[in-house]
Amino acid sequence: MNLRSFRRYFLYDILRGLILTFSYMFRRRVTINYPFEKGPISPRFKGEHALRRYPNGEERCIACKLCEAICPAQAITIEAEERPDGSRRTTRYDIDMVKCIYCGLCQESCPVDAIVEGPNFEFATLTHEELLYNKEKLLANGDRWEAEIAANLARDARYR
Amino acid sequence: MTTQTIKKEIEIQPFTMNFGPQHPAAHGVLRLILEMDGEVVERADPHIGLLHRGTEKLIEYKTYLQAIPYFDRLDYVSPMNQEHAFALAVEKLLRITPPIRAQYIRVMYSEITRILNHLLNITTFAIDIGAITPSLWAFEEREKLMEFYERVSGARLHANYFRPGGVHQDLPEGLAEDIWKYTERFPKFVDDMQGLLTENPIFKQRTVDIGVVSKDDAIAWGFTGPMLRASNVAWDLRKSQPYDVYDKMEFDIPVGLTGDCYARYLVRMQEMRESNKIIRQCLRQLPEGPIKVNDRKIAPPPRAEMKRSMEAIIHHSGIRRQQQALPLQNPRAGLSAPAGDRHDVQRPPAGRYRGDYWKHGYCVRGD
Repeated sequence: MNLRSFRRYFLYDILRGLILTFSYMFRRRVTINYPFEKGPISPRFKGEHALRRYPNGEERCIACKLCEAICPAQAITIEAEERPDGSRRTTRYDIDMVKCIYCGLCQESCPVDAIVEGPNFEFATLTHEELLYNKEKLLANGDRWEAEIAANLARDARYR
Repeated sequence: MTTQTIKKEIEIQPFTMNFGPQHPAAHGVLRLILEMDGEVVERADPHIGLLHRGTEKLIEYKTYLQAIPYFDRLDYVSPMNQEHAFALAVEKLLRITPPIRAQYIRVMYSEITRILNHLLNITTFAIDIGAITPSLWAFEEREKLMEFYERVSGARLHANYFRPGGVHQDLPEGLAEDIWKYTERFPKFVDDMQGLLTENPIFKQRTVDIGVVSKDDAIAWGFTGPMLRASNVAWDLRKSQPYDVYDKMEFDIPVGLTGDCYARYLVRMQEMRESNKIIRQCLRQLPEGPIKVNDRKIAPPPRAEMKRSMEAIIHHSGIRRQQQALPLQNPRAGLSAPAGDRHDVQRPPAGRYRGDYWKHGYCVRGD
């Protein structure tokens, strides 16, 4: 009986595999308890969109429409008008989050850091309509996530 | 009379069976109509083209910058390699060479992607023939590698990171060290996985001499990548037409002798070790310097400059609004993607499913 048939007959390789698998039981646990524990994300993370404001409460977006022009999925729709005070602002800023491919080009193109992709990735909804974001929703997102977004932008600033 | 008909054994020979496109092992890209004799496939009629999503047509109406995210989606298991092919083609057209640091980063991420791809390929293959543990382990490794993706590009899969003329952003601080540490541990993981599969008699029974593709057939059918190399053809565009800094890398091309599923498995295993070697060489040699070309018509200016200089903001907007002016010619760049060589925008494994190669016998799975 040669070595090969010996190993085959006594299931040597299968047993070795089982021992290897068993040894993994004593290693450090790698899984995390997701809704309660989360993996780390980097400052560059491209998650849910938000429209930011300046510290004085004025919205940043100046309706230059670069994000609308660059968006490969054509998910952004902007309409703009002059405000009574003479500044140019959006009257409508819609993002179809279902069309969006989260490429980050809108954030790259924005000259005033108004539209950003924030760190939030938990925005699943039950209906399609809820994912058609309008200006109010995006500004609300901005207000909600401003601290994290500003910190991330500051951390990544020297690479941008 | 009636008892007689009942007793008569009904034989359906051969048994025709539909496989895919919604079978978990075909994941939406392939449909096979199989004629089975027991467990042996006697004939297969592949229906291909299910993944065709008209990317070529879509990107006709997009600028080069906008087209990149679509390349991630051509092969979502090895996204950066697809971007790489597009970036190389555009660079050829624009007659530019990205800075050396960008080339190193791109080669390093291409190889990380190759490992990602092979880990998924080998382990899902193992699931399909009855072994679940390797995939549970490999997905942990994939998770670590996708974390490197996320740290550099902000996305775990659809990176949108390689750009014509370089890469989008430089490696963040500490990332190179973490990748180095990872490459120190990775060979041990490959050993473990090999310990589970390579000599496992069940695995061997189901792969050795299955789906044999001869050398001549592999060439005639236009196979590329590990499919071709497993049929004993030492063909790798990284060696034969080196792009970026592959000519500075020392690595071997693993070649299979038998052309069966087992040889393809072995080739992919060995390629992961070679990729690991390349990543380490990139990290060791990684020079300092810029990461995109210094041409404002091709790569946007840094943000700090854009905020101060009128010139810069004009370029910043211009790049996002219009296509770069190009000489008229047909771009064609080739590279070795993990699943097979890639030219233009043909999804790499398409050649694998082309025509009715799987005609006779024992071809349970060709992938």
